Amino acid sequence: MVKNPVLLVLVVAALAAAIVLSFLSHAPNRLLSGQPVPWGVVLEGWRSLAFAPALVLLAGPFLPNGRITHGLVALAASALIAGMIWLAGDVARSMADAAAPAARTSFGGAFWILAVMAALAASDALQKLTREPALRIGLALLLAVPAVFLVADGFIDALSIMKEYANRHAVFAAAVTTHLAIIAAMLVPTLAIGLPLGLLVHRRQGLGRPIFAVLNIIQTVPSIALFGLLIAPLAALVAFAPALARLGISGIGVTPAIIALTLYSLLPIVRSTAAGLAAVPTAAIEAARGIGMTRGQIFRAVEVPLALPVLVAGLRVTVVQAVGLTAVAALIGAGGLGAIIFQGLNASAIDLVMLGVVPLVGIAVLADLALKLAGAMLKARTG
Amino acid sequence: MRRIDPLIPAAIALVALVLGMPALKPLFAWMFPDQARPLYEQDSFLSLTLDHLSLVGISSAVSVVVGVAVAIFVTRPSGRAFRPLAETLTAAGQTFPPIAVLAIAVPLLGFGPLPALIALALYGLLPVTEATVAGIEQVPAGVREAARGIGMSPTGILARVELPLAAPVIVAGIRTSVIINIGTAAIASTVGVKTLGLPIIVGLSGFNTAYVLQGALVVGLLAAVVDLAFDRLGGFLGRWNRDRVAKTA
Repeated sequence: MVKNPVLLVLVVAALAAAIVLSFLSHAPNRLLSGQPVPWGVVLEGWRSLAFAPALVLLAGPFLPNGRITHGLVALAASALIAGMIWLAGDVARSMADAAAPAARTSFGGAFWILAVMAALAASDALQKLTREPALRIGLALLLAVPAVFLVADGFIDALSIMKEYANRHAVFAAAVTTHLAIIAAMLVPTLAIGLPLGLLVHRRQGLGRPIFAVLNIIQTVPSIALFGLLIAPLAALVAFAPALARLGISGIGVTPAIIALTLYSLLPIVRSTAAGLAAVPTAAIEAARGIGMTRGQIFRAVEVPLALPVLVAGLRVTVVQAVGLTAVAALIGAGGLGAIIFQGLNASAIDLVMLGVVPLVGIAVLADLALKLAGAMLKARTG
Repeated sequence: MRRIDPLIPAAIALVALVLGMPALKPLFAWMFPDQARPLYEQDSFLSLTLDHLSLVGISSAVSVVVGVAVAIFVTRPSGRAFRPLAETLTAAGQTFPPIAVLAIAVPLLGFGPLPALIALALYGLLPVTEATVAGIEQVPAGVREAARGIGMSPTGILARVELPLAAPVIVAGIRTSVIINIGTAAIASTVGVKTLGLPIIVGLSGFNTAYVLQGALVVGLLAAVVDLAFDRLGGFLGRWNRDRVAKTA
């Protein structure tokens, strides 16, 4: 009877969330906690059609397994997310009252959980549709287009999170830029130190243990502690050599952030460089030597291309980790999306927190997908 | 000469630092002459450490129980259909920055220790589940067959073959989970939870680098001691497994 138990569990969880939690909440202003908007108001009249794709998902667990069912489920999940975004925007617009300009309508718990369940249903369907990782990632991005279009085109501008955005879009753009710039800046010393260190570990086996022991201990230190530990020495250094201050180096801000991020990033980069080089088959190196290639040629033409997919996997771990750590670096004045999150937490302004969290997660997920795609393509090329 | 295990001096240093921080007041006064209050005295470091450890301990216990249970379920024939979902969730969940999980939990559940506890337990689940699935998967099919051949029940195979052989990998997953939780618990001080992150947060907002240094030293040392202890436990379990195999062979 039940053909797809996974989808059934997702549907049941979504229904439970819809019953217990609210889809939207409405508050007199941005700092007060909102009252749930009743489902009767949300689903008034023909608006409820936005939930039509949910019927496919409700039927999905009982449909015969096959390409058509999986395709339908993936499309319905995408349509449901877009429909819910449109619906939330429409309800928020209709609840807006010129007499109470400070009133806010926010996404409720049910919206987020329904969206996550729909995304998981789509991911499950895509996994059943194709085993090709590159194709799966491409289809997933395609399915996200309607939702992104609705947000970008202003359909939900009446919602509180977009009002927070409108109030500080200059600050928001600067925060995103700073966040990305810190990660890019961190990659320069990370690769400059990590790649040679990984090569060294590969060539001199005895050095592996002590190097990994040190990098492992660094990785263990909580981020907030490492950021904190760098402040005093850097401040002392700048006091000792004031010329450094003119270069923009100081005990708080971007300098300690980049140093700490580099220290954290060395472990995955060194480990994946060494592992990638170690995984190169000896037969491939022997064959290259057999046709008369020099050591340098073998390194460039055989070892590096074959080690690259493993290195990219390490880079993925590094970048995803750095996206989150950079948010913590806002505590030492590095700016970025963390600054928006902590500002929201301090003011108890939930939607301001979300304005920082949603793009933070988005950047992490996109970086993860992009580097996964790069890894899959490299692997396909070296086959 | 036998080398001393670094765990022992690190643990002694941690205990000494937690209990003896007030004795270091003159040192911090000398290091930070401009600071009127060179020592964090609002709470004792002992109570902060105990609060920190109980937050991490309770959340990690929940993560381990639920994470191992989920992993056992998806590696049984009845739960195999859920394996891709579990893998998607653990992989996608780990791209979520811990700070984001914490920041979402607070507005949804309120300020205080409970939302932090739930956020930590949820996030800590992912490495435990991932490692337990990997650990059970790497048990050689031949070993499982042999256990079935001598008439062991599926529960017996799980309890006496699969879980013991997977134990070193599971412990590695728990180690990752606990270390991440120690760090995230420190950040939880930004949402009003009393942990070792508090002196750091208070120091950062009040421009008191001495406070920052004191909190960072204790929490950094705590993480290192816990990590070294897990390292020893993993090594012990590996040896224990080899001895068991040697005995039965």
